[in-house]
Amino acid sequence: MSGKVITISSGKGGVGKTTATANLGLSLAMLGNRVTCIDADIGLRNLDVMLGLENRIVYDIVNFIEGRCRFRQALVRDKRFPELYMMAAAQTRDKNSITVEDMTRVAREAAEISDYVLIDSPAGIEHGFRYAVAPSDLVLIVTNPEVTAVRDADRVIGLLEAEELAPAQLILNRFKPELVRRNEMLDADTVVDLLAIDLIGIVPEDSKIFSASNQGRPVALDEHSQAGKAFRNIGRRLTGEDVPFEALQKQTFIQRLFGSR
Amino acid sequence: MEETPITLKGTADGILLKPRSHVWATVLEALAQALKEAEAFFRGGRLIMELGNRELTQHQLTTLRALLIQYDIELWAVLSENETTVRLARSNGVLTRLPKDAEAKKSPVVVLPPEQQALFMQQTLRSGQSIHYAGHVTLIGDVNPGAEIVAGGNIIVWGALRGMAHAGAFGDEETVICALDLQPSQIRIAGYIGRPPDRRRGSAEPEIAKVEGGQIVAEAWNRRG
Repeated sequence: MSGKVITISSGKGGVGKTTATANLGLSLAMLGNRVTCIDADIGLRNLDVMLGLENRIVYDIVNFIEGRCRFRQALVRDKRFPELYMMAAAQTRDKNSITVEDMTRVAREAAEISDYVLIDSPAGIEHGFRYAVAPSDLVLIVTNPEVTAVRDADRVIGLLEAEELAPAQLILNRFKPELVRRNEMLDADTVVDLLAIDLIGIVPEDSKIFSASNQGRPVALDEHSQAGKAFRNIGRRLTGEDVPFEALQKQTFIQRLFGSR
Repeated sequence: MEETPITLKGTADGILLKPRSHVWATVLEALAQALKEAEAFFRGGRLIMELGNRELTQHQLTTLRALLIQYDIELWAVLSENETTVRLARSNGVLTRLPKDAEAKKSPVVVLPPEQQALFMQQTLRSGQSIHYAGHVTLIGDVNPGAEIVAGGNIIVWGALRGMAHAGAFGDEETVICALDLQPSQIRIAGYIGRPPDRRRGSAEPEIAKVEGGQIVAEAWNRRG
């Protein structure tokens, strides 16, 4: 049985694609799944840093595609979960080093040894985006509650629909209930209504995200992080578990009653 | 049971008559009966008689015309493979072959000029997607910011119009743009450009936008009664 290939995409840069990939990879691994995360952002390698695996890279994806190493050699095993692997992007090359066929071959190989393959897509809607979504069974669109990010997400969803690629689901990242209440931020309903795709999770803004990224220890590992919990819930939803959305709503409701902590 | 002496049916070209009985008097009698029963339907039309290989006489043709004239029906064409029949029909000024354009008219599809045609779509029109169409456009779904519809005719959006819409793109100022929720980034009608007020309305209501007094105005649909 080959695993499910999930691409994390957004259109706009800086909305949290790599953060989501790292955290969902860990979340799925914590649930006991075999997971392979692939950094498809050739030339702007980041996923390894977020996962804290930078100093373990020997070969990268372009090395494998060019036949310089075997598939297994291009995988870096996670230091915390022995069944979580990462394939690094090549930092010294560019997107043109990979074709749609190459990426499809990599995803297929990865799916054979994994339950879940997560592909971290480059920003934009050009070649890098196209090869990243080509092999996927599901595309997770990451967006922020900002007009520009939503606009770009809409564009990406349109491209996926037009080319009849994989179905798309939405992750609303960096959500600040506080700002929504003051009408300074788009609320979740407005975003979901406009994008008209299923919402798989809302991740609240969390200052811990920054230190977590810098230290190579994603928030999904942090018991007390709200964002971490949101990512773990998305991981559970990806495995088919029905996890209610109330958690965040209730939290904000209580915060509203008693004032923010 | 006896076979009906004639078949008669309306076609795009005219009334089609196929005599079945070989007794001409019976044919005429049946036709007279049919015309009488549905006079309003047949009156003023034209008749095409399909004869197969049968031979038609001058007498038969004359008596047929005499009957048709009572209902203001023209004997327009006689279709037959029989040479005598064809010759007789021609000498009486009756067509023996349907004109080419009449063939085309047999198709039930009405071909309109491009600017009068209409496009129907059911989808969410997303950022970066566009519809450019010479005629009218009807969309069931939303037009999201960054999407656009450009139409030669009218634009109807059964959903929220949040992107750009341009009706009457060839200069027709009579065209309109309507939507269940009219929140466009910009609308254009013919050469006029309109922006919605910066302040958003509270709730969505169906609106229709048109050119009035040299500018684009939008008004609530329910106020039109």
